[in-house]
Amino acid sequence: MSEFDDLYQAIILDHYRRPRNRGTVPDANVRVDGKNPLCGDEVRLELRVDGDGRIVDIKSSGHGCSISQASISIMTELLKGHTFEEGRRLLESVRAMMKGGEVDEEAMGELIALRGVSKFPVRIKCAMLSWTTFELAMAEFQAGRNGAGAVVSTEDEK
Amino acid sequence: MSCDVQKLREDFPLLRQTMRGKPLVYLDSAATSQKPRAVLDTLHTYYERWNANVHRGIYEISDLATQHYEAARAAVARFIHAAEPAEVIFTRNATEAINLVARAWGDANVKAGDVILLTEMEHHSNLVPWQLLAQRTGARLEFIPLDGQGRLDLAAAEKFFNDRLRLVAVTQMSNVLGTINPVAAIIRHAHAVGAVVLVDGAQGCAHIASDAQKMDCDFLAFSGHKMCGPTGIGVLYGRKRLLEAMPPFLGGGEMISVVDWREFTWNHTPWKFEAGTPAIAQAIGLGAAVEYLEKVGLDAIHAHEDTLVRYAWEKLHELPGFRPYGPPPDERGGLVAFTLDDLHAHDIAQFLDQQGVAIRAGHHCAMPLHKKLGVAATARASFYLYNTTAEVDALVAALRKALTFFGIETKTTVNV
Repeated sequence: MSEFDDLYQAIILDHYRRPRNRGTVPDANVRVDGKNPLCGDEVRLELRVDGDGRIVDIKSSGHGCSISQASISIMTELLKGHTFEEGRRLLESVRAMMKGGEVDEEAMGELIALRGVSKFPVRIKCAMLSWTTFELAMAEFQAGRNGAGAVVSTEDEK
Repeated sequence: MSCDVQKLREDFPLLRQTMRGKPLVYLDSAATSQKPRAVLDTLHTYYERWNANVHRGIYEISDLATQHYEAARAAVARFIHAAEPAEVIFTRNATEAINLVARAWGDANVKAGDVILLTEMEHHSNLVPWQLLAQRTGARLEFIPLDGQGRLDLAAAEKFFNDRLRLVAVTQMSNVLGTINPVAAIIRHAHAVGAVVLVDGAQGCAHIASDAQKMDCDFLAFSGHKMCGPTGIGVLYGRKRLLEAMPPFLGGGEMISVVDWREFTWNHTPWKFEAGTPAIAQAIGLGAAVEYLEKVGLDAIHAHEDTLVRYAWEKLHELPGFRPYGPPPDERGGLVAFTLDDLHAHDIAQFLDQQGVAIRAGHHCAMPLHKKLGVAATARASFYLYNTTAEVDALVAALRKALTFFGIETKTTVNV
């Protein structure tokens, strides 16, 4: 498989063409924005989190390239019904994968489809936008805030 | 006049390459142009036979290096019709040339309350240096707005042409919209109220015959690498009277006349602005580049690009969801920035790369303009003397495949 086919795997294209969990969560208790200024990608994440830190509902809105949109779609599917703790483990795994590291394929599910992105340095930020935005949502929620005015940029990603 | 493109292409070794196993279709000359053999050979000859530091060397090859360096200055002066070679300052690129003016001329001539007039289509390099100058001096930035077709709305900017106006900095040709601006008319208008005009020729000078004296600009900035020359060399043309009145930009060797412990006197223009060892090989390479362009003929190049952009305009419009930015071909140079349905420009460029077609995607260093256009990013195909209509066909065919590949027409939303 060429690097190109690896980047645009069928799973990615499917999530791009048929994005999951788009829209708003009316009773969300945390809403945050993420931006990728280089590409102009923008995402808003809305989450309903219960007292145990379990994500009851999650939806996204915004726009961007196929990689960023597929990454957001896959992420919302994986996070829904799971806890922040589980989400954080996935986040760390995606980060490691983008740096070319070994990851637990089993635990990552469809996220593995994003592995090809690591070979295209300029696209890594596209794939990470959703996850850095989710990280901000967790930080906001755990600090007792609802995320109002909170924005994260992929340019802040180290 | 017209170009024999197939013959010209033989002058550019890089164009014989393949990309991702397909013939390379290079449509990113607005970012940087490819280099003809004449320029590559000149660089080679310089390093093999003349390499020595310029000026002051008391030996033959240093003298040769100096002669070739100064001959390149004379060639560039001729190319842009400067009154004399002393009006040509070698810089790293157009960006450095603009920064030189903003620092050396701006700090000495711009005060709080003065107006610096730019346009809404400027590249960051003709915007940020003026923002910095405004921050240092308290001057105010104003902008000539765009009309609905991506042309300058000069009537709407009429109110800025008064005695507060100190400087107008305008691009000769937009790197996004392709618009060729009526710079001579703007210059006349600005001079009537005593303002100075800098023309950003980064895009224009490579494609349009540019006559600094006829245009009557006070400063003209451009980059060598966009006009068949090497990277690392650019030009600031300045009216001699202004250059002589300006303090130096950077301090160091070459720009001085006499140095004492606590003071120095500066050298004459243009060396006053060329501190340190200059990009000698690159300057000489730029000299070869302008000679190459003169041999082909700027009018022939412009006519060829005009043919290409008209052809591309027609073919691209056959694509569903094609949306160009900027005016129709009559008023544009050889580039087209566009969006295609709701495909992201980076996806387009990534797909085209796979097809051997090199285009640029993003904000093209014009973020405020993209904000104004209401798009985060555009894809841009840009043409030069070596491009062909067959390459335009390859572009269009690749874009058609991209639409199918990303399945834009079948997009739906799923909630699970």
